[in-house]
Amino acid sequence: MGRWQRRRITNALATALMTLSATAAVTVLLIILGHVVMQGLPSLNVAFFTERPLPPGEVGGGVAPAILGTLEMLGVAGLIGIPVGIATAIYLSEYGRGNLARAISFSVDLIAGLPSIAIGVFVWAWLVRNVVGQYNGLAGGVALAIIMIPILTRTVEETLRIVPDPLREASLALGIPRWKTILRVVLPTAQAGVITGVVLSLARAGGETAPLLLTALGNQFFNLDLLQPTAALPIQIYNYARSPYPDWQAKAWGGALVLITLIGVLSALTRWAVGRRTHAY
Amino acid sequence: MVSLSNHERVLAEVDVLGRGANRGDRAFQTVVTAIAACVPIMLLGIVILLLLDALPALLRYGGAFLTQTTWDPVAEKFGAAAYVYGTVVTSLIALLLATPIGVGCALFIAEYAPIWMRAPVSFVIELLAAIPSIIYGLWGFFILAPIMRGAIEPFLKNSLGNVPAIGALFSGPAVGRDLLVAGVILSIMILPTITAVSREILRAVPDTQREGMLALGATRWETIRKAVLPYARGGIVGAAILGLARALGETMAVTMVIGNSSTQIRASLFTPGYTMASAIANQFTEADKEIYFSAIVSVALILLVVAAIMNILARLLVWSVARAPRAS
Amino acid sequence: MLTSLLAPPRPEPVEQEPPRAGMCARDVSAWYNVSRKAIENVSLGVAANHITAIIGPSGCGKSTFIRCLNRMHEVVRGARAAGTVELNGQDIYAPNVDPVRVRRVVGMVFQKPNPFPMMTIFENVVAGLRLEGGHSNRALEEIAERALHQAALWDEVKDVWKRASGISLSGGQQQRLCIARTLAVEPTVILMDEPCSALDPIATYRIEELMIELKKDYTIAIVTHNMQQASRVSDDTAFMLAEEDRIGRLVEFGPTSRIFTNPTERRTEDYITGRFG
Repeated sequence: MGRWQRRRITNALATALMTLSATAAVTVLLIILGHVVMQGLPSLNVAFFTERPLPPGEVGGGVAPAILGTLEMLGVAGLIGIPVGIATAIYLSEYGRGNLARAISFSVDLIAGLPSIAIGVFVWAWLVRNVVGQYNGLAGGVALAIIMIPILTRTVEETLRIVPDPLREASLALGIPRWKTILRVVLPTAQAGVITGVVLSLARAGGETAPLLLTALGNQFFNLDLLQPTAALPIQIYNYARSPYPDWQAKAWGGALVLITLIGVLSALTRWAVGRRTHAY
Repeated sequence: MVSLSNHERVLAEVDVLGRGANRGDRAFQTVVTAIAACVPIMLLGIVILLLLDALPALLRYGGAFLTQTTWDPVAEKFGAAAYVYGTVVTSLIALLLATPIGVGCALFIAEYAPIWMRAPVSFVIELLAAIPSIIYGLWGFFILAPIMRGAIEPFLKNSLGNVPAIGALFSGPAVGRDLLVAGVILSIMILPTITAVSREILRAVPDTQREGMLALGATRWETIRKAVLPYARGGIVGAAILGLARALGETMAVTMVIGNSSTQIRASLFTPGYTMASAIANQFTEADKEIYFSAIVSVALILLVVAAIMNILARLLVWSVARAPRAS
Repeated sequence: MLTSLLAPPRPEPVEQEPPRAGMCARDVSAWYNVSRKAIENVSLGVAANHITAIIGPSGCGKSTFIRCLNRMHEVVRGARAAGTVELNGQDIYAPNVDPVRVRRVVGMVFQKPNPFPMMTIFENVVAGLRLEGGHSNRALEEIAERALHQAALWDEVKDVWKRASGISLSGGQQQRLCIARTLAVEPTVILMDEPCSALDPIATYRIEELMIELKKDYTIAIVTHNMQQASRVSDDTAFMLAEEDRIGRLVEFGPTSRIFTNPTERRTEDYITGRFG
């Protein structure tokens, strides 16, 4: 009987360990989110969103330049990244066969796996130190574009592949040329997924700090000139966190709350509104 | 991979249909292909530019770049060994902590959880993955580091500090900004990656394998241990490697808790240090000289190459399990 | 503890009637989740040292039923079974019975051969023995060799059994390997869920021969969609059918010869003569 009992105990122990692991993961998430909310909420007021930072040590002000800067650079990133991402996705889904397609697909996956700091160094070496000569927001936007392209491509490609072939065949059988079929039939059918891809890749890019640090550097002032250093929310959080001023540290948490709320809301919204990804768990 | 997927077959047919067709199609295809081709070109551009800019330092310091610890911009002696050491140590700690828990989570979702629990738990894991690195850094800096310094590190020091051999890992003053804290934060960050990939791998294990073992009178755990995990082994290793690749490149969370102050390689995990990524983030503004700049780019290049190799390796492993069982 | 479930019945002296090591199912019903009932009130007896065949069209619940006989049905998340299944006089669905122990004495061979690819042929055969532990290597080899002989696979694998992987064999050989694996733990009853449907005719024939040979020592229940197979190998046959409500029920059960020549139920006759299914 001893052996059998041992087997049963081992089984029960294993079940307990697995459950513990999952509980640990959930608990850690709740702890982190809890802290962000608790520490960040007190700092959020109108000034936080509309004013620029005050000189160090003074209480008050806000992180508006950082929010604006993030939006500016995401705009640049989107301008570059959305066309490239969608075009690449269309190519891989609708035309992709042969060696070029394999190379492109491989490149997409590889870039997705590159450390964001390495991408930052690349843009730093190329645009900051050479082309423009100083830290600038344009370089930041380019870095974010490089980061968002693989994410967007993969998401949209998947969505396009799900569009049923009979739809394409019917359109072509009616004499509609291939390019119109893609633009007027396939893409609109997949539009929910495309929008999700765009929103999610932008959200992901918006949270990146390292590449922006090396390109846009950050700025305490409002800046609309993309050839100047530009503020960004993640950089602001980083700088404030390391400062010795409690007010700034509190604002760092506030910024974190804004960032995470944005990402969370956007992800949840698009997922729910679209519901096309039926994850079989 | 022998037969074309249905999708590809339709595309092939479509080509035949559209063969004589109009300039619009050709133009569109050309434009789309040209834009898509920018992606590999961009990749090549990244590698080539980094290589070119790193060349001066690589040529000047050679292999010593990786073995020397002296990083002295003034004297123009650049050795990144301490950064490499920091990267390796923190990543290993992260891997050791995150792999068992991550695989455990994946097993929980795939094998134990009731159906209604799968979606919420998976969602939680995805949320963990979506949290930006800087927020992990913030939390690590303000919440985790004080706990480590105040409670956990002294505990480790008192309990394990006197054990021969591994005691050296837990010696010295516990400041709370060191390799260990960085490793712990990294482990939380790579946990979702390992869990998500492992979960996919476990789903790829056919149910007939589980049934075969259960029908012989195995408990649930025995089924997992003897039928599921051996089948999934390669893929789980791939998941761990993917986690490792992520850990290597992490910058912000690490840089906030690792101390960024010492380029000495010491045995204790309680020493502050650098990882390659955190060193770059900390020093790039000071790269006034060309050789300094080149040294920093070299560090980035090494990171890039290593991360890329790991990604490729991991994908091959994961792919092989998803396709077919490998006969031993 | 139901110790008697673990050991096969000891052979009695020839004059006496050997104890019946059969299974008796009474009012077995099964669900896949709260709303989807698969089978209802199936009652039949799997006689000792007999082969009992369960036939019927696709979707009639025969696989579901046979999986209730070794409590494999409830492995699927959300699935449930009710009723009584007696083995050696004890109900395997009694509250204090651990399904894991039931499966040790009621073995199963599946439709698609499922040897473990990461194990050698030898390791596959002894996989069940290794679970319970306590066997020396010598003992494992002996038991494995005996099982492979019983499964008519020994001659084909004896040179490579410790080196070759379980999946390096042909389909028919893999299925015989799975049978050997089941035999190695010496179950009382062997359940077979369409064991030949993934095999070619020659492999099928060899397995049918094997079944007839095995019934001398074991009790066998087989699900098959192949009526000719059922009439060839089985002693008793059960015919199941699912009506419009998609719930499978037992239509008729009796000796094979009678079922196939003179069935009582009209529906059975219609199925046998090929009018549907």
